[in-house]
Amino acid sequence: MSVEKIDIDYVANLARIELTADEKIQFSAQLDHVLGHFAKLNAVDIAGVEPMAHAVPVVNVWAADEAGEVLSPEEALQNAVEGEANQVVLPKVIGES
Amino acid sequence: MTDSIFYKTALEVGACLERGEVSAVELTQAVIDRTAAVDASVGAFNSINAEDALAQAQDSDKRRSSGQCLGPLDGIPVSLKDVIAVKNSPLTCSSKMLQHYVSPYDAHVTEKLKAAGAVLWGRLNMDEFAMGSSTENSCTAKTANPWNLECVPGGSSGGSAAAVAGGETVLALGSDTGGSIRQPASFCGIVGMKPTYGMVSRYGLAAFASSLDQIGPMTRSVGDAALLLQTIAGHDQRDSTSLQRPVPDYLKALREPEKKAWRIGIPQEYFAEGLDDEVKVAVKRAIEFYREQGCEITSVSLPNTELAVPVYYVIATAEASSNLARYDGVLYSHRSQAATNINEVYFKSRAEGFGPEVKRRVILGTYVLSSGYYDAYYLRAQKVRALIRNDFVAAFKQVDVLLTPTAPTPAFKSGEKTADPLAMYLSDIYTISVNLAGLPGISIPCGMSDSGLPIGLQLIGRPFGESDLLTLAQQFECAHDYAEQHPLLNL
Repeated sequence: MSVEKIDIDYVANLARIELTADEKIQFSAQLDHVLGHFAKLNAVDIAGVEPMAHAVPVVNVWAADEAGEVLSPEEALQNAVEGEANQVVLPKVIGES
Repeated sequence: MTDSIFYKTALEVGACLERGEVSAVELTQAVIDRTAAVDASVGAFNSINAEDALAQAQDSDKRRSSGQCLGPLDGIPVSLKDVIAVKNSPLTCSSKMLQHYVSPYDAHVTEKLKAAGAVLWGRLNMDEFAMGSSTENSCTAKTANPWNLECVPGGSSGGSAAAVAGGETVLALGSDTGGSIRQPASFCGIVGMKPTYGMVSRYGLAAFASSLDQIGPMTRSVGDAALLLQTIAGHDQRDSTSLQRPVPDYLKALREPEKKAWRIGIPQEYFAEGLDDEVKVAVKRAIEFYREQGCEITSVSLPNTELAVPVYYVIATAEASSNLARYDGVLYSHRSQAATNINEVYFKSRAEGFGPEVKRRVILGTYVLSSGYYDAYYLRAQKVRALIRNDFVAAFKQVDVLLTPTAPTPAFKSGEKTADPLAMYLSDIYTISVNLAGLPGISIPCGMSDSGLPIGLQLIGRPFGESDLLTLAQQFECAHDYAEQHPLLNL
């Protein structure tokens, strides 16, 4: 891992965030600075070390196949920006580029 | 009822309630009045609902008078960080993204508090989505440190710490991903505890970094932290990382402390460059206190300490970029009015809904997970995380607990670090390893700076070593008067 410069347009596109020109300049400089600090990790000998995703062993949790309490459609949709007939309304998806 | 009832601990007001010296309504009214008097300056709360709190208090008084008291928390005001769900209450995460969101369900900890009869009071300010160390990343309000209104309260649970320190509530819950309970507790002169990962269910906690997040108590005394932890800990099948273990009797551990020659380790790396002199002196005084109490003080090494900040900011931002993908403007979060197609719904809603620090972290997390960089950053960080954990495993073969400063400095001035994210990240240097290793940690007040700002010390324990931490923390608290010191806030 060498010290990389972040391709801000590429990554912002992956993250689905529209950035202003000023944000691009500011974030690029700040994130390059942070990535420079990450370079410390380069020097560490990690040969044979197992990656650690969780502090405690995570095991699959099985639940009985029984109906439990769930939110009503009204409760589930109470925060919807735009709704109609128990559905969320969005701009047209098909046919857009 | 004394004038300063709002500064009593939960155990003290609980005894007053039991003896009939005060009612839950009077107690709740006292914190409501206190909040009305000081919160315009402190800014701890995002929202309050006095009518609802008083109705809960009335119910509590009725239960008590009919002999159906639900326990030691019945009738006591508890305030939650605005990242923990309470049914039919706002859940904003201090973000424009969730400005109008009302939670349709209770978090596990909320259910536990309701079952214990607690009076849920207000929603506490925080850094947006718990990302920050000063509560300056909130889109809603500016929270000040009650000890010096020009200083930050710490973060991300800054509202929780300021409310407890300022007498605006009796107890509070925060969440801690890299120090977000302990660092603000240190800055505001209160007790803050992050439990062992898995002891408290994360169900109903808006996720930041799922492998690191834990909910924990923020209180004015060690006894109160034990009481609150006792109430919220325990298994919950709705959180797959919630552990199936019995919850120890923490209050009993404080009433009947284990008599032994405690072995306390002092990690040398935590006293190196960057540690403020006043903090160093205060923490070294605390070490001498424990030595005089008969504890065995041993120097230990955690050699990978300096790697904790980069490891943490790779892992936490990677997890955040994934967790925050749900805020896309489609179902319930902010939706841009300027969007004309589905892609614009995503891009513009996230541009308008997220603040600068959240955008930076989501972009950084997306980058370290992206094709070509995953192995170099994320996988490597996960391996170094294992080395950091192994350092603790080795240290705990020699000692029972570790004692460190909680933060390198007392509270800093508002605006001092906002332009330099890396400087802000480095203020978490003593707390984040504890999250990476999943250990319990507690911050308690151990001194005051010359300028009148609190200083905190941190005790770190083995997994499930909460009783050890509480026992040693109480030993220090009982021999000092920091728990009785409160900010003047003469407003």
